[in-house]
Amino acid sequence: MQLTDTEKAMRDGEGGEAVAAAMDLLIRYGNALGAERLVETDNVAGAFNASTPSVRKIAENGMAEVFSKLNLDSDKTVEIPQMAARTCQLITGIDDQNWALQGADPQMVQMQRDSEAFVGKRGVNLMATCTPYQVGNVPTFGEHCAWMESSAVIYCNGALGGRTNVEGKESTGAAALTGRIPYWGYHLTENRYGNRHIRVDVPVRSMLDWGLLGYFTGEMVEENIPVLEGDLAGVDLVKLKHFGAAAASSGGVEMYHIPGHTPEARIADEAFGTSRAEDFHVYDAAARKKMYDTLQSAEDRKVDFIMLGCPHNSIEQVGRIAHLLDGKRLHPDVALWVHTPRAIRTVAERSGYVARIEAAGGKVMSDTCPAISRRLPEGVRVIATDSAKQAHYLPAIAKVQGWFGSLEACIEAGLTGTWKGDF
Amino acid sequence: MVSGRAEGEALVTTQTISGWGGINERDGSIIERRHELVGQSFAGKILVFPGAKGSSGWSAFFHMTRINGVAPAAMLFTRMTTKMALGAVVTRVPSMTDFDQDVFDTIRTGDIVSVDADAGEVVIKHRAEG
Repeated sequence: MQLTDTEKAMRDGEGGEAVAAAMDLLIRYGNALGAERLVETDNVAGAFNASTPSVRKIAENGMAEVFSKLNLDSDKTVEIPQMAARTCQLITGIDDQNWALQGADPQMVQMQRDSEAFVGKRGVNLMATCTPYQVGNVPTFGEHCAWMESSAVIYCNGALGGRTNVEGKESTGAAALTGRIPYWGYHLTENRYGNRHIRVDVPVRSMLDWGLLGYFTGEMVEENIPVLEGDLAGVDLVKLKHFGAAAASSGGVEMYHIPGHTPEARIADEAFGTSRAEDFHVYDAAARKKMYDTLQSAEDRKVDFIMLGCPHNSIEQVGRIAHLLDGKRLHPDVALWVHTPRAIRTVAERSGYVARIEAAGGKVMSDTCPAISRRLPEGVRVIATDSAKQAHYLPAIAKVQGWFGSLEACIEAGLTGTWKGDF
Repeated sequence: MVSGRAEGEALVTTQTISGWGGINERDGSIIERRHELVGQSFAGKILVFPGAKGSSGWSAFFHMTRINGVAPAAMLFTRMTTKMALGAVVTRVPSMTDFDQDVFDTIRTGDIVSVDADAGEVVIKHRAEG
């Protein structure tokens, strides 16, 4: 891999031991990929804090050791300097305020706080959300980024036209300290064109519709780049957030085009570049129903937990939940948690949404989600969620039964304790 | 791809593997319920598989298998992705891709396989019985 003089100097230790360790990792990683060079980045989203029991032993030796080992893959514990690139923390394991409700161990809470103090002092913005693009990190068109979190990566590439691969804990640590990442995959224009075609023959309008279309898309194209055309409307931030998270869960999609709506394709020809996909997958009413059925992993209709906010909810989504719960009470056997970034929670409190959700018996959580934290209310057996991603992952992770449906179906199940569904 | 040499028993699957949510990083076992290797451990084995899928936590989980002493002895895979490349690098085991034969046809679970990632050679030393 070709290195610039600046990068060679970093490798040789001119920026200190941590920067040298970071450059060493990027060289190993870039060579493994077969990348020709590195590219500059000033936008890193990674996982830097310590919040899980598996990290506890390392954290006992100090947070510099956590960063050295887990974020730089360095055997030697090095002193960690200020981040060179703009850097934020993604979703984490513990809700800093509602940790007791989660059932988190106070020692773990303290460890997470200590680690956040450590990285915060070094310039990591503790957004603590899977949706940094909702709370101040919105990549510009063409911006080279180094992001983790599959639902954020697909949003960055597909919805915004930023450029990132799915990075990991070590490569984001190295990128944060060097401002570099391998120039490979989605950083290159020629790798961003569509190579699969999806024709949408059934109206896609609601959040439920967009989630089901996303899940279908991932099933059909796996890790390829779909171009979607047809009866689509109502494209906005929350729909693309939901669509992308679903497609990234069922298939590992990291990039897509919706001609006329997403920035790299004003028309379909632009989406495909020179190589138009000949065959297309048809999304029709039968495909829609099949996806809906696929996402159900429950048999018992008595529901005891409603999980909302995956990916983390927008302020409008929190407001909508408050509206649907207004003046009502959740069934006494049901817990309902809404997940939203902490910054949005502050606005939701000020707007009265949090109070209205709590008056109905629900909770508004931040910083985490049950799939990441592996913490649910005690004794939960059957969950319902409006998130295709959560329906895909949570039943396996938490060993629970899962229902998937619209927000309205989830709220109804919360109020009655019984799942009716949408079909 | 990642240099080094290793010899050991092969564990072969034609299904991609998830890191986060797919493996137990404390004992090196596959935990994904619908995976054909569910319950089996890759610790100390030559893992032959198509590559990585799922969450961006892939590298971090395989990284932890090394720290916990339950990493595979080597990894042979067919589909290059950033998850796979970074995961192999931080797991620090000999890793190879881009083979001139179909590894899933050639190598069977239980075969004793030697991997020389520096020379770019995979040799089946001893066939599994049956």
